[in-house]
Amino acid sequence: MSDDDKGLFRNTQHLLRMAGIFAIGILIFVVMRVLFVPAGFGRLGHYRAPAITDNMAKPISYAGRDACGACHGDIVAARAASKHAIIGCEACHGPLAKHAADPRKTKAVKPKAAALCPVCHEINVARPKFIKQVNSAEHSGGDACDSCHQPHTPDVM
Amino acid sequence: MSDSTIDKSRRELLLQGGKFVFLTGIAASAWEFVLAGTPELAPSYKSADHWWAMTIDIEKCIGCGGCVRACKAENNVPLEPFYFRTWVERYHVKGEDLEHPQVDTPNGGYDGFPEIYPPEDGAKSFFVPKMCNHCAHSPCVQVCPVGATFEAPDGVVMVDSSYCLGCRYCVQACPYGCRYIHPKTNTVDKCSLCYHRITKGLTTACCETCPTSARTLGDLKNPKDPIHAFIRDHKVQVLKPQMATGSKTYYNGLDGSVR
Amino acid sequence: MEQTILAHVQGFMYPNEMELQWSILIVLYPYLTGLVAGAFILASLERVFNVEAVTPTYRLALLTALAFLLVAPLPLQLHLGHPERSLEMYLTPHTQSAMAMFGFVYLWYLMAVLVLEIWLDYRKDIVLTARNSTGLKQKLYKAMSLGVDNISEESLRIDEKLGRFLTIIGIPSAFLLHGYVGFIFGSIKANPWWSTPLMPIVFLFSAIVSGIALVMLMYMVVSWFTRREISMNCVDTIGRYLLYAFIIDFTLEMLDLIHRMYEADESFQSLDFMVQTKLFTSQVLIQIVFGTLVPIGFLAMPQLLKLSEQARKGIYLLAGSLTLIGIFAMRWNVVIGGQLFSKSFLGYTTYKMGFATREGLLPAIILLVLPFVILWVLVKLLPPWHDESAEA
Repeated sequence: MSDDDKGLFRNTQHLLRMAGIFAIGILIFVVMRVLFVPAGFGRLGHYRAPAITDNMAKPISYAGRDACGACHGDIVAARAASKHAIIGCEACHGPLAKHAADPRKTKAVKPKAAALCPVCHEINVARPKFIKQVNSAEHSGGDACDSCHQPHTPDVM
Repeated sequence: MSDSTIDKSRRELLLQGGKFVFLTGIAASAWEFVLAGTPELAPSYKSADHWWAMTIDIEKCIGCGGCVRACKAENNVPLEPFYFRTWVERYHVKGEDLEHPQVDTPNGGYDGFPEIYPPEDGAKSFFVPKMCNHCAHSPCVQVCPVGATFEAPDGVVMVDSSYCLGCRYCVQACPYGCRYIHPKTNTVDKCSLCYHRITKGLTTACCETCPTSARTLGDLKNPKDPIHAFIRDHKVQVLKPQMATGSKTYYNGLDGSVR
Repeated sequence: MEQTILAHVQGFMYPNEMELQWSILIVLYPYLTGLVAGAFILASLERVFNVEAVTPTYRLALLTALAFLLVAPLPLQLHLGHPERSLEMYLTPHTQSAMAMFGFVYLWYLMAVLVLEIWLDYRKDIVLTARNSTGLKQKLYKAMSLGVDNISEESLRIDEKLGRFLTIIGIPSAFLLHGYVGFIFGSIKANPWWSTPLMPIVFLFSAIVSGIALVMLMYMVVSWFTRREISMNCVDTIGRYLLYAFIIDFTLEMLDLIHRMYEADESFQSLDFMVQTKLFTSQVLIQIVFGTLVPIGFLAMPQLLKLSEQARKGIYLLAGSLTLIGIFAMRWNVVIGGQLFSKSFLGYTTYKMGFATREGLLPAIILLVLPFVILWVLVKLLPPWHDESAEA
């Protein structure tokens, strides 16, 4: 190295050391990128592809309309001919996946008519007119709805 | 052997080797795609066959709140007030004043709607269920700094709750107010279109419970799906169309007063 | 907590909107980075535009910027639902998101601009201190000099050239450091209070205003503490620059306001009501009147009248303090104000700020005080004025 070069090196040595620190920093960053980016990231888009399967793996609470007919075919058939045909069983009976999986272990709930029926049928200005609405206190005089109406076949009194 | 022969065979080797590596690489990525589209948990579900959407018919919604209760039960949404994946709003529009409707959503409609309006006062009144619109050009996906929320290949906007930082930027970016921070996990949560159900051939919890089929799940990629007839036969709208979010929640009967 | 919020909701809000998402900590973050950007830009005036008058504040401005920059990520960490996952912003930044820029812009500005520039400017003093001290102190200063003892004319000349270059790229870097915060808000189409292309510019100019005011105040306060004479030429010049920056900032904010009032789009009625009621004290009184108009009036006085040194010092102290409060109020009004109204434009909620909670008032106060503590340490380590450091 010539004197000039030596001089230049001496005068920039501190900068080279600082550059070295920066280089180490960048190296650490690159290593971390390789090590710590989670598996499957970027495979399908800017996200962790396994997150899709994570979202699929959640437990199910509502069994769905097709589940009840296997054991309760008679009720399902009766309802199918009534005004309540369009409603699923769980709309009134609540989530029943556990019951469908093991009927003896988890019993289904028979809801109380007086609390349940007004949820849809109580008179309400915002409710569309196609659904039958009554003022339940005036209509039944305090009697429970199912003392006159059968919920599975409401057309029949 | 002469130099040119060595060079030639080396070149051959490089070419063949390169082709092999290249094709293996492509095959590997293709296999990844296949694997991602057919996870073990739902072996017969292929993302590429679906493009999920939702239709909501205002004229059929009776405000029973069944969807709100079902969603909370199915998805373990906190029961405390103001955390909802879906909720129902009641509108009461007097005369021609579309800009100032009276709107309420008592506990999101979870307990139904007690009557607060006098009968026959000449006002227009109806229920509007709200949910994540699963936008095709979602602003919430755009702003997530790390990729913890995304649009899956089948059109469902999802949250990766093991990756979410809880920065709340996506909550700010959603024009529809459908996101919230789960108080237990401190990550963002929102309607997942019951992904765990629809990938197994079931419908969403809200549609399952809806007694009037006001809410119906739709698959735009399925040519036999009723959603095509719905959109064709009704005057449909999305919420806040001026935001150009590509919302896939189509409403029939959406009044001009709806926010 | 939930019941009190529900009780304070006026009108209709989407249920998920009732609780505010971004707290006082998110008000604090742009305030802190704004001070950094503003202090740095003042320092660059001397270096790049050769404004000799502000030379006494050069080093102090850099140290102030560094102290505030070190604290800046803390409110964000406290706010995150999962601060332990914040590394993800470096690992998988989503390039479509302005927020993802944070980690890189911050690191760039901290290391490549601020730390480098301070180090280069102080290197001679660091080496001299290392030579003239013993024991632990010597070890510390030797480490800071990276073990290099050379302070020849040539090496210092190289430092000076590199430092000047860094200052030049530092200016757009400072704009980026704070401008992107404005873009974080300005690019949210869902929120009409935030969504405007003016947002990054308004944020930047109010940052410059706050940074200049801070350096002016720090210079006067630190000089008073160390019993040094205050250069009136310096503070007069800074006061003038503060006035100019203020006028531009005020003009921009008024432009936004007038534009909103004139166009009166669907959000206007709701926002107007909010400003007149919930935001009246913080926006109209604190930000506009006492935080902008009054300081502008005070700062204009030395330009129009002949005033004594004492009077001018008093004006600068008062105007500077009011400015800092006013710019904080501006951040508050943007962040909190943007969450007080419903996106349905039919209702409002309240911000319930806790005190000794993770995102409460107490951590905010601590985070505001902390930079000054750090600055005190920095001033001790790297004295800004030459006759205090040991000469060879």
